[in-house]
Amino acid sequence: MRRVLPHLILGLGAALMLLPFYWMILTSIRAPAEIFDVSLWPVPRDFSAVQNYGQAASTVPMARFMLNGVIVCGGILIVQVLTAVPAAYALAKLRFPGRRLLMALVIGALCIPMQALALPLFVGLARTNLLNTYFAQMMPFFLSVFAIFLFRQSFRSYPDEIIEAARMDGFSEMEICWRLVLRGSLPSLAAFSVFSVVAHWNDLYWPLIVVSDMAIAPPPLGMLFFSDVESGANYGALMAGAAMITAPMILCFLLARRSFIAGITMTGVK
Amino acid sequence: MTDAALTPAAPARGAIALPRGLIFVAPAVLLMLAIYILPIVVLTGFSITDYRLGALRWEFVGLQNFRAAFQDPVFVRALANTALYAVLVIPTGVFLALGIALLVQGRRHSRALWETAYFLPVTATLVAMATVWQFLLHPTLGPVNAAITWAGFDPVSFLGNPALLIPTLALIGIWQVLGFNMVLFLAGLTAIPNDLLDAARMDGARSPIDRFLTVTWPMLGPTTMFVIVTTSISAFKVFETVAVLTKGRSGSETLLYALYLEGFEYSNTGYAAALTLIFLAIVLVLSIGQTLRMDRRVHY
Repeated sequence: MRRVLPHLILGLGAALMLLPFYWMILTSIRAPAEIFDVSLWPVPRDFSAVQNYGQAASTVPMARFMLNGVIVCGGILIVQVLTAVPAAYALAKLRFPGRRLLMALVIGALCIPMQALALPLFVGLARTNLLNTYFAQMMPFFLSVFAIFLFRQSFRSYPDEIIEAARMDGFSEMEICWRLVLRGSLPSLAAFSVFSVVAHWNDLYWPLIVVSDMAIAPPPLGMLFFSDVESGANYGALMAGAAMITAPMILCFLLARRSFIAGITMTGVK
Repeated sequence: MTDAALTPAAPARGAIALPRGLIFVAPAVLLMLAIYILPIVVLTGFSITDYRLGALRWEFVGLQNFRAAFQDPVFVRALANTALYAVLVIPTGVFLALGIALLVQGRRHSRALWETAYFLPVTATLVAMATVWQFLLHPTLGPVNAAITWAGFDPVSFLGNPALLIPTLALIGIWQVLGFNMVLFLAGLTAIPNDLLDAARMDGARSPIDRFLTVTWPMLGPTTMFVIVTTSISAFKVFETVAVLTKGRSGSETLLYALYLEGFEYSNTGYAAALTLIFLAIVLVLSIGQTLRMDRRVHY
């Protein structure tokens, strides 16, 4: 009994945790006529996945939302890495005036949530007519103080002797930074990439503010739009849409569970 | 500080490295100015004006916006709702996660399976999952109410009864945060040396509960603090579920949702800036101690 009980409790809890996912998939393959069937029996009487997913994809541009998500998350991640890695390298391994001040600013900025910066950034983008662009969606996230903090921490443990030797061999400082030091911190880079992509794929707040044009909406905004349009009329299609939008992150998570958990829980500073 | 040890000071290289370091941080510094420093200054400026986006004229109003905020029934209600949400989510989200972590930790073979199951909601897009919850909790079509009626009770209108709106959002909030907190607790539990538990056993702490109270719980102190802080910060930022499920109807606004409406739907820029500063103050109070500690942990 003492061996079975923990499994029993965990199993019951896990069933509750996974119920929404199960219900989402189940409804997305059931015919609309079965809507009044509240049973959890996994086999629908009438397999309607094609209709539901087809309708979700034709009512709103699902593929477009996904593509937008890829563009926005990719753009953000590239600029974050390009700006954070050299800064972190300088903070970890180089001396320059204002270094302590910059480090203090980075730590201070870690405490400031994006939502506190949204209003002035929105006004700035509105005044420069940049609302409803990919740039507006990505801009506030170009600098990740968290990436600087994380990479600096990781770069500090890189042996100074190797850097010295590389300088002697005529490596430029850029080469040392990108080809030697960063290569020594690939796990941190992987964890940060997961953290960044998951955070921005799932973000609703900022897209809701700067995007009204559905052609450039990322998945969460598209989903919100879709659920407002459908407003309960067709749960099958709605659940199919939800399944499509959650699928990429869930599949990546199931495939790379370890690095996903490491990436997302690296920080509480979201 | 260990600066000297990190960059052994050879004067000649110091002279070369000086501008180089600045070049390396230049993009980050420019972005820091554009994304953090300038916006905070502008935000503070807005908060003492009656500026409305698009308006040609505006005036300084001093602290009027802040006074108005605490007399604004909508904002006060949003604060109260967010506090209620936090009070529901924090204890449950933290201690239930601790319980799950304690159970998961002892499983050698099935640990990966449980981790995956409990962590899945963390990765899922909350906007989409909120739509699923809406359907799950539907008074007539959802399985949750089907189970409630089957057990002989009246169906519960989770998203219809105004008194249940915030508790329902909190339920979803707990569902989403459990896996995250569980993983943090698992990391904390792994760091507790087995010797300590063995020593406690020798000293007469026979039952697991005794050992938990004498060793595990005190050793988990820093982890628990961290989990409580991150859970409270995310509780005060609740937004997605509100935007999908209630849109603030029947007085269910939360802090961030009220802020969103004032700033971006009604374009009351000056007033929304004051609300933003209040929101920022709450988050800073919750996070400053934690960030300093994280920094210290890194230094030593």
